Amino acid sequence: MPVVLLVVIFSVLPLLRGIYLGFTDYRLGDPITFNGLKNYGQMLQDDFFWRSFRVGIIWTVVVTSGQIMLGLGLALLLERRVRFSSLYSVLILAPWAMPPIIRAIIWRQIYDVDAGVINATFQSLSFLDKPVNWLSSFEYAIPAVIIVGLWGEIPKAAVFLHAGLQSIPNDLYEAGQLDGANAFQRFRHITLPLLRPVLAGTISLSFIWNFNMFGMVWVLTQGGPGGLTRLPMLAAYEEAFRYGYVGYAAAIGNVMVVLISIAMFFYLRTQMRESTASEIVK
Amino acid sequence: MKQKTIFADLATHIGLLAYVSFLAFPLVWMVSTSFKSTGELYSGAVTIIPQIPTLEQYKTAVTEGMLLRSIWNSFTVGVLSTVITIAIALPSAYALSRFRSFMNRAVLGWILVTQIFPVILIIIPLYLILRSLLLSDSLTGLGVVYIVWNLPFVLWMLHGYIRTVPVELEEAAMIDGASRWNLVFRVLLPVLLPAIAASAIFAFISTWNEFFFALVFMKTPALGTLPVELARYTGMEGIARTGPLAASSVIASLPSLVLFAIMRKWFAGGLLAGSMKA
Repeated sequence: MPVVLLVVIFSVLPLLRGIYLGFTDYRLGDPITFNGLKNYGQMLQDDFFWRSFRVGIIWTVVVTSGQIMLGLGLALLLERRVRFSSLYSVLILAPWAMPPIIRAIIWRQIYDVDAGVINATFQSLSFLDKPVNWLSSFEYAIPAVIIVGLWGEIPKAAVFLHAGLQSIPNDLYEAGQLDGANAFQRFRHITLPLLRPVLAGTISLSFIWNFNMFGMVWVLTQGGPGGLTRLPMLAAYEEAFRYGYVGYAAAIGNVMVVLISIAMFFYLRTQMRESTASEIVK
Repeated sequence: MKQKTIFADLATHIGLLAYVSFLAFPLVWMVSTSFKSTGELYSGAVTIIPQIPTLEQYKTAVTEGMLLRSIWNSFTVGVLSTVITIAIALPSAYALSRFRSFMNRAVLGWILVTQIFPVILIIIPLYLILRSLLLSDSLTGLGVVYIVWNLPFVLWMLHGYIRTVPVELEEAAMIDGASRWNLVFRVLLPVLLPAIAASAIFAFISTWNEFFFALVFMKTPALGTLPVELARYTGMEGIARTGPLAASSVIASLPSLVLFAIMRKWFAGGLLAGSMKA
């Protein structure tokens, strides 16, 4: 099939080549020479690398866990089917109505030091006596970026989890109620175990997507202030396309894949163990 | 008991309203800012409804910079790559769902791989390939990348849908003496139209919104797509740029907003929930 050929030439081969470049000292324009694990040895001493992976992990863990908890809360509220439920379930998708770059542009305006609505509101409520430059302050930049990340990712988690909740048969809850289980017990012993596969899938995908995030954060802070919000993808981009260290950038990409794979392996393994454990208890 | 449910419903509404006001506020604020006059933006007053709604910001946005040019670039790349993606994916998806099963796993596997591997690994060699083909700073090159990038997912979407179309439909048409041509255009195509539309919308929007490839490949400002053009202004906004930038942002959001409107209908029918489960 021609499709296969196209995908192989323009994505499978480039990907393999990209992985290989991570083991070379390639700089744009220069010849490519294999240098084994030298890039990785250099990383161990590279403060920029460590800082970007540290903030990358903080960002990924906080955004993923936050979006899952807040998304689950939202999904449970939607599942109660009060009046206007279907209207609510559309309105919560609002972040999706904006392309990732636009999300960042609008939040830059909301956070803006002179004209931003947050500074204006906080000042008129006298929470602040002078405007704060949220996105370029060492104190607030990371939380400010995380809030935007959560805002953009909650809807995704809520939609996935809501679909998962809808697949849980109602008679189970009725049976639980008859047995005298209160709302919390029903959540703990019916909802959570049955939601586990969807939950595990949503957590894994969100974790990967958040760790690989680029565009939104790039436009929001360009990695600033002082590299504080430079996520791994931003670091790799700068290495390759600002400084021309293509081999080193690819090496950062390789480390990212390894890190994600390790995280996924351990996460999915505990998931598997827990689900077999709960099978045995039953 | 009754009182208890009323209380619970009230709490649910309050909770949902809290979520909606957080999640929808930036969208509302973007639209509101885009219709405010420059004078109102300078006054720093925090109001959602503009005092005197005006199209001033849209006029400025369209006349200065290269907004129209970049909209045109995004639009042509989006439409052409979407049409080609669908044209390539449709026959393959059909073959995939009617004949082989090994390929199915390969496609799904590839989709997963592209999610896990950071784009940086693929973008560097792709950049080198396109540069050697003299396609690195060209919309044609960008279009080719988008086609290949969207192909696996579109293939998967179409395949999932075609699989639900019973083979008996085709067999019945064959027995009735329909030619191959008639079979494809009179029987299959009408049934597949919703799926084709859905995957075309998906492909177009993901192209329209795409930033990373465009940022790396497109260096000539006149060839920039809309996201690249808008991102160029970050860091030099100031109050003077706030209005035009908000107006451009509304324009850039139009395709997703349309999808949003369609989704509303899907949600009402519970269609989205159904398709998510599958």
